[in-house]
Amino acid sequence: MAILAPTSLSKHPLSSSSTLSQLTTPTIFGSKLKLRETEQTRFSLSTSFKSNPGFRLMASKEPVGMTTKLGSDKIETEVGVENGCGLFDEMKHRFLSFKKQKFMENLEHYQNLSNGQAPKFMVIACADSRVCPSNILGFQPGEAFIVRNVANMVPPCESGPSETNAALEFAVNSLQVENILVIGHSRCGGIRALMSMEAEADSSFIQNWVVVGKNARLNTKSAAHNLSFEHQCRHCEKESVNCSLLNLLTYPWIEEKVKKGTLSLHGGYYDFIDCTLEKWTLDYERSNLKESDKFAVRNQSFWC
Amino acid sequence: MAKHSKDLIGGLKKLLREKDQDDSQSDPVERIIKGFLRFKTYKFDKNPEYFQQLAKAQHPKFLVFACSDSRVCPSHVLDFQPGEAFMVRNIANLVPAFNQSRYSDVGATIEYAVSHLEVQNILVIGHSRCGGIDRLMTYPEDGSAPFDFVDDWMRIALPAKAKVKAKYGHLPIEEQKAICERECVNLSLVNLLSYPYVRKGVAKKTIALRGGYYNFVTGSFEVWQFNAEITPPIVI
Repeated sequence: MAILAPTSLSKHPLSSSSTLSQLTTPTIFGSKLKLRETEQTRFSLSTSFKSNPGFRLMASKEPVGMTTKLGSDKIETEVGVENGCGLFDEMKHRFLSFKKQKFMENLEHYQNLSNGQAPKFMVIACADSRVCPSNILGFQPGEAFIVRNVANMVPPCESGPSETNAALEFAVNSLQVENILVIGHSRCGGIRALMSMEAEADSSFIQNWVVVGKNARLNTKSAAHNLSFEHQCRHCEKESVNCSLLNLLTYPWIEEKVKKGTLSLHGGYYDFIDCTLEKWTLDYERSNLKESDKFAVRNQSFWC
Repeated sequence: MAKHSKDLIGGLKKLLREKDQDDSQSDPVERIIKGFLRFKTYKFDKNPEYFQQLAKAQHPKFLVFACSDSRVCPSHVLDFQPGEAFMVRNIANLVPAFNQSRYSDVGATIEYAVSHLEVQNILVIGHSRCGGIDRLMTYPEDGSAPFDFVDDWMRIALPAKAKVKAKYGHLPIEEQKAICERECVNLSLVNLLSYPYVRKGVAKKTIALRGGYYNFVTGSFEVWQFNAEITPPIVI
């Protein structure tokens, strides 16, 4: 059996229209799977998921050599295999588990959510694979509008439109979240890059971005210059959170809400070396931001 | 005495039930603390070796782009565990084309994930009822006031809007939005190829590009692969 060229978004320049239609018919296992799955999942809300024998058969076929997902109290150590078919299988298995254990179990809640979201939190976290707020802080679907970028930084208003402040505008002005949490973490690659930056170094994306945190680097160099590089990075990880909180206040529509008391700004620091969480809340009333760039905090706590 | 203990146990159970129910109404900071303590008790402390290894270095196999929408976190939908996916979340899960001055934020994540962490898979996941796509498809035709930052960000997706309007403009707007949600995923996959290290990885077959779509109305998930391949030549 001839294997046709895999489905591609690009069209073969020499093909006739009939060949083209053959080419665009999904032939890889993965794509075929997708089509069948879409058809059947559309029905699965009205009929019970368990009564669909087709799914049961597929779900039980685990490729050899794939680490299976362990129970909810264990962590899977490997995902994805070299061939695409294994990866699709794994994704399918995980999605179906989510659907069975969470979605179908709380159908009414998910149906309400599908009509509109009203999260109380906006979270700005690092893209680091170890610090997803849904994992470490247990946010459930519907609870937190999350932005993730390198080194969890918030650029100031004057730097112009960007990925992070577009999300801020949507969360604060459209969704009307009540809390913004900026959470930093230990051993952050982005902060390390910031601290290692030389003034005349050739530019890269990472450097062009982490320079947003230059005030944090300056504060760290002055406050902690006698510490080791590792300790300076750690200091900068927390300083950067505070700089981001100050940058949040450069947005007039954020400052207005904080002044009124309808929006609270929180900082956090997750240390995954010994699993501790520090958090603090910016105390706008007691801060004198016109005089200095230091602010007062309240409700500072440390959990271990 | 037995009755007294029974009352005490009954009372404690009632208290615990009430505390569970109160979770959603509790003080927001309390909510964070509770969530963290649960993670620490049931995951971190139960898998010390795994987390110790992870603390030294991360080796995620995935770079995931997902929307910031509170309903679509891939850690829930695809059960990504700590260490598995380097994750970017922004409005409408967009990947802009390579532009070092304008989009250094997204560029930094791609550069870090591909060049430093050497991820093998990039997955862009769109979803149903996306607020960003809704804005893209209805503004400025609806005459509403501009959103300074959101509208500027959504300009990345204008090619997808143009395509949908041209080909499917006759359909009801809700269907157009649903098509655009998937078109934007495809546009992002194409934009990924404008990053030299992604291009190199795709050419060497060390990186796979995939698109996904989570429909939380019907409870379905679609996933597809983006292949850039040269077919064997036809010899004339």
